[in-house]
Amino acid sequence: MSERSKTIEVEDLRLSYAGREVLHGISFDVFRHEILAVIGPAQSGKSSLLRCLNRTIDFVADAAVSGSVRIEGEDVRKVRDVFALRRRIGMVSPLPVGLPLSIYDNVAFAPRSAGMKNRAELDALVERCLRLAALWDEVKDRLTSLGTALSGGQQQRLTIARALSHQPEVLCLDEFSIAIDPVTTMRIEDVLKELRNDITIVLVTNLVQQARRLADRTMFLWKGEIVELDRTEVMFSDRPAERRTFEYVRGIFG
Amino acid sequence: MTSPPPTARFARTPLVATRERHERVAKWVFFAMSVSLIVPLVAIVAYLLIRAAPSLSWEFLLDLPRKGMREGGIWPAFVGTLYLVGMSLAVATPIGVLAAIYLHEYARDNWLNRLIHLAVINLAGVPSIVHALFGLGAFVYAARFGYSILSASLTLAIMTLPVIIASTREALASVPKEFREACWNVGASRWQTIRRVVLPNSISGILTGVILQVSRAAGETAPIMFTGAVFFKAVTRGDLFPYGLDDQCMALSMHLYTVSTQVPNVKESIPYATAVVLLGSVLMVNAAAIALRVWLRNRKRW
Repeated sequence: MSERSKTIEVEDLRLSYAGREVLHGISFDVFRHEILAVIGPAQSGKSSLLRCLNRTIDFVADAAVSGSVRIEGEDVRKVRDVFALRRRIGMVSPLPVGLPLSIYDNVAFAPRSAGMKNRAELDALVERCLRLAALWDEVKDRLTSLGTALSGGQQQRLTIARALSHQPEVLCLDEFSIAIDPVTTMRIEDVLKELRNDITIVLVTNLVQQARRLADRTMFLWKGEIVELDRTEVMFSDRPAERRTFEYVRGIFG
Repeated sequence: MTSPPPTARFARTPLVATRERHERVAKWVFFAMSVSLIVPLVAIVAYLLIRAAPSLSWEFLLDLPRKGMREGGIWPAFVGTLYLVGMSLAVATPIGVLAAIYLHEYARDNWLNRLIHLAVINLAGVPSIVHALFGLGAFVYAARFGYSILSASLTLAIMTLPVIIASTREALASVPKEFREACWNVGASRWQTIRRVVLPNSISGILTGVILQVSRAAGETAPIMFTGAVFFKAVTRGDLFPYGLDDQCMALSMHLYTVSTQVPNVKESIPYATAVVLLGSVLMVNAAAIALRVWLRNRKRW
């Protein structure tokens, strides 16, 4: 894994909410077609980091960002068309939010927003995304029923299907498995491993074992600073560079 | 051997008895309060209907007032109220709803937005007589609309506008923020989000706010008295379009005031019948609104 092309380059990223800094100038790269896991305790800035990537941080009134985030070389903070930017990044939030639309419309929402009208194309896309999210078999007979009426775990997979529906280059998952049972989690993890061939994945997770199973590299974020970022084997080995990493992944830390 | 025998575990202790008594008392108090809400409503309606009975008929609705208001019907006032309410809401609803959407969905939370919010809330609390004076100065004199339906409707519109803005904001705020974020995350613009997700889920609340203003606009006397409502205006019996925009008109609320206090020797049942028509038309609009909301709610799916 020597010189690989970088999909995301973050440089000296600082973020503060109403003057309280939560990311203290972090820098890291995400390589193309890798899974990067971000681990760290609550309040360490993991979710905030994701919001900086697709600029949904703009919607937080008192947030101030500095530094640069580049996706495929393009500085996201200077992007004119943020909506196009967000379509390039799939985002799965920790709590599943099915939109109050039918299952079909939930998945077709993004492509329709982007202007896709052809029914056959939409049908194919919706089916493909639902299959990828391991949900198709459960809902194929009731695509017109309400997305919000699905169970929590199904809604979470629906959000994954939705995140894939705009065919992103980068997929960010924020604690995607907290509402899903272990079996489904495993199925989705398999899907992610396959997706890696096509897209770049940033996986924020509290489950260090999930990072270990999936990630090529793992980043340990703590109180808004990167403690260590290395190949997953190293992070979970007996001697990562930082003692704190060693302790955290074994559950001794803090 | 400290654990109690199995039968005693569910025994009725004094604590349980007290709790049950509190529960019963609380339930009855709340029930009594709810029932006491219905009593005045039923009493008012019943009283009005009984007193109005001698005059109530289609004839009363369709006929003109006769013999200096002492007999006849209320058609000009009824149509006048329809005009005033319809026009004021036709002006206030689009402005109010669109302004509220801007304020709630687009505007950033800065001092200007907070100032506007404050202004809206305070405007909603301004007494109607003050709106009346404003309407007189602004529309009748400054804008040279004269004493007319136009001036009166615009005055009513100004009066209802802040309340429509406030209630629309409430309705928009009831749509969870997560829905919006989910839309933004997939690259939908603000307008697409509003159009596809926010509005369909708040439309019933928005409508409720607007409809409540129907009764308010229909009931107000002061603003229209200053700006365009008159004591008497002769129109054709049963004519649905008797007024032009620059005409003065009669209105039910004003008519009720007139026949109750200004005209001697009015047939006793006429004021009550007028009140019944006013109340009845407002209730009918409310019923239509409820039907519309039920229909919209059935389409709404969350």
